Amino acid sequence: MPDTAASLPEPVGEARGTDRLGLLGRLRHVEPVALVWLLLIVALLFLVVAPLAKLFAVSFETQGTGEFTLSNYVTAYGRARYVDALVNSLTLGLASAALSVALAVPMAWAVSRTDMPGKGLTWGVVMGAFVMPPYLGAVGWMLLAGPNSGAANRFWRWATGAEGPLFNIFSFEGLALVIALHSFPLVFIFVKAALDLISSEMEDAANILGAGTWTAMRKVSLPLVWPAILGAFVVVFLETIALFGTPALIGIPARINVVTTQLWQFFEYPVRVEVAAAYAMPLLLITVGMIVAQKLLLARKGFVSQTGKGGERRPIKLGPWRWLLFAWCALVGLLSVVMPLGILVQASFAKAWGRGISLDNFTLRNYQHLIFEHEMALTSIWNTIWFSASAATMAVLIALLVAYIVQRRLVPFGDALGFLAMAPFVIPGIVMAIGFYAAYASPPLALYGTAAIIIFAFTARFLPIAYANSAAAVRTVHPEMEEAARILGSGRLHAIVHVTAPLLKKALLGGWLIVFIVATRELSAAIFLVGPRTRTMSVLLYDLSEAGNFEVLAAFGGLLLLITLVLVGIGMKLVGRDFMLRRN
Amino acid sequence: MSHLSLRGLTKAYGKMVIVDHINLTLNEGEFVSLLGPSGCGKTTTLRMIAGFIEPTDGTVEMGGKVISMPGSVMPPERRQMSMIFQSYAIWPNMTVAENVGFGLKLRKLPAAEVQRRIAEILEVVQMGHLAGRYPAELSGGQQQRVALARAIVVKPAVLLLDEPLSNLDANLREEMRFEIRRLHNEFRITTVYVTHDQAEAMATSDRIAVMHAGRIEQVDAPHLLYTRPKTRFVAGFIGRTNLLEAKLEAGEIGFDGVAFQAGQVDASLNGANRSVLLSVRPQSIGLHRTQPAGATGRPVVPGTVTQRVFLGETWDYLIQPRGSGIKLRVTAPPLQVHEVGEAVWLEFDPRQMALVE
Repeated sequence: MPDTAASLPEPVGEARGTDRLGLLGRLRHVEPVALVWLLLIVALLFLVVAPLAKLFAVSFETQGTGEFTLSNYVTAYGRARYVDALVNSLTLGLASAALSVALAVPMAWAVSRTDMPGKGLTWGVVMGAFVMPPYLGAVGWMLLAGPNSGAANRFWRWATGAEGPLFNIFSFEGLALVIALHSFPLVFIFVKAALDLISSEMEDAANILGAGTWTAMRKVSLPLVWPAILGAFVVVFLETIALFGTPALIGIPARINVVTTQLWQFFEYPVRVEVAAAYAMPLLLITVGMIVAQKLLLARKGFVSQTGKGGERRPIKLGPWRWLLFAWCALVGLLSVVMPLGILVQASFAKAWGRGISLDNFTLRNYQHLIFEHEMALTSIWNTIWFSASAATMAVLIALLVAYIVQRRLVPFGDALGFLAMAPFVIPGIVMAIGFYAAYASPPLALYGTAAIIIFAFTARFLPIAYANSAAAVRTVHPEMEEAARILGSGRLHAIVHVTAPLLKKALLGGWLIVFIVATRELSAAIFLVGPRTRTMSVLLYDLSEAGNFEVLAAFGGLLLLITLVLVGIGMKLVGRDFMLRRN
Repeated sequence: MSHLSLRGLTKAYGKMVIVDHINLTLNEGEFVSLLGPSGCGKTTTLRMIAGFIEPTDGTVEMGGKVISMPGSVMPPERRQMSMIFQSYAIWPNMTVAENVGFGLKLRKLPAAEVQRRIAEILEVVQMGHLAGRYPAELSGGQQQRVALARAIVVKPAVLLLDEPLSNLDANLREEMRFEIRRLHNEFRITTVYVTHDQAEAMATSDRIAVMHAGRIEQVDAPHLLYTRPKTRFVAGFIGRTNLLEAKLEAGEIGFDGVAFQAGQVDASLNGANRSVLLSVRPQSIGLHRTQPAGATGRPVVPGTVTQRVFLGETWDYLIQPRGSGIKLRVTAPPLQVHEVGEAVWLEFDPRQMALVE
């Protein structure tokens, strides 16, 4: 290439024209990032700050006049029934969390550390229980263990000749069990991830000093993952006290009142949003308090689960005991996925679900009714899909911009943006929904009953998921990747479009899908904000359960399940088998 | 002709000064290294030249025009420069050819010209047969060659390299050193090369700027840095040395029974009597079993071997001159074996010494 050598170096081009850069030159070099930053601030104020601030303000206002008052708090806690609901919520949260830990920790230990057979199957169980909308499991269990007509109880009476039911799902224990059967995957994921980081040498060291397998697990492995167990316990507890669907389906018929169902009653005509706001405050405070406390607790170093290195790992040989563990995993799978879904599918194809499986009981009538005759079913499916898609798109877009700005340190106080984007993490969905109702339902915006208010609420609610995902993705792209493009002549925007975005594509798609999927089954935020024409599938399912036609309810549950499976299938195909189980 | 100049260039974060008023001028086609230990500010300096960091004081000028000053920085994409990064920053989603062609396409060259130049430069870096590969399918050395090709193909006005070889293993590093110099000889691009490895800097550079604590201590050709270090830091950082406190008195320099004419070290040296610091390289000291004849002006003193290490290419002896508290490091070829405790004679060569600050 001798001609190239001779012609080098070429004139500096543009640089020649730029004499001492004056004011004009400086203005030309202002990056558009400042404008984006401003827009993000506005968006986050609208989505996160305003609803919360309004919720807080409204709890001190007199209905109609807006004068300051404490009477809302007096009303909210003035009746024993309301205080009982709070106690019920806390007890239920503790019970469900403890049950989840009991169900999941042996499974996590078995899959991570031992030679138990059927690990793939166990993964399937966990995945299945995780992606299933929680209220679907609740409907399944209503069909299985209703005191009189529940399939399991009828079988029990037939087999033993007993008078009473084996198990009544419409009870406190029933409620806690159904919630735990849906929540245990969280514990499994947390604990397994922590166990995966413990080197076998940790256990070897205990063995060589004389500890057996059981002692080593009890004294070494489990204590090392204690933070993960505690963290999962807290998360399940918080999810439970914020849960609406299952307590509404099972708790209301059983006359068990919890905070979320009580909040719902404050929204029945006449709507008392001021009292609801006051009543929601403890839920908010407990959640914020526990997450802050957990952060402080875990800030202490010294647990293996926080270092990255694994070291050599060998499965522990359990001998015949491995079949006991396998039986445990199988039982959990049966209770959490196979039985509730089985009965749900059976009922959805039945003329009368109580008559069991037989050819003359088979019908497609329930699905036919929903798809061709029901006025809301198809609309609700369409609503769910486009609300969720819009919310996922907005959440990922905002999250990506915030994550990019924060991590590249493009603006001073960028961390404040990150904080706001993560803030909804500590806000129960139902509290967020009441905040949105208080802030935007009435004039001047008057968004009540519109699609917009649901989309905005979903966006705010799932922003933290999108943000954690985006931040992790942006972190994987070395800043030098962009700098290499810029020094070769591409502007910041061009570099983002042609270098950063293609590198982030897969991770962002994964984040989008996760938000989309959790949004399609969101009930607690939706039920306070839907109008007659904006019902989502989850809300319609709740409506159907109140109507009491179990065959149609089951068929609708079947549709919901089908849609969930298709979406999860797409996600696995595009992003990877365990894309919903990854911890960010 | 000066092509790139840094004038009083400074970068501070709050009270912490990373780069402290450095001045450096590169001629057109010159290859200059910024050499120093980690944290000395060399990468920050390079990134200010590239336009990624705004200086807090001073300017960067190219071809006589200011391109960086506080409050006004021409963005990197308009500087007609190229850079090779420590992580290579080869885009994993593009093939070798797409990586190399990125800058050419931005310059809106005709497609045929782009293809021709990609092919040409890939031949130059011996990567022509791998044009269709993705970076994940390349070894570290090959990725390095892609980074080189991508930077050179756009015919930059200035080429910047940020520790480009630190992620390679030792053999490859040596090979790429010569490769970088070969490419410089071929294209004569004005180059700034940041490294903490003195062998790398010496193998590649026309001049080396040694940086320490945000300042440039000395800028010189590699052999001058070694033979005529100006500061204590440079003398210790480039190669190894014995730093000796000596006295300058009546035109003579003396320490511990050794004395010689000051003019032998530095012809221009004069002035008042004072203490001076002397850098004496270990290989400039002769080591003898018996007292050597001693040429004029080469002082000889007896001493004792107190410690020795065999390093393969040399013996490394620690010698204590008789009646002295200091210990001198002296190197000798592998066949010249002395036992610890043995009496030896040291022969100094003042012409190979340097006075440092």
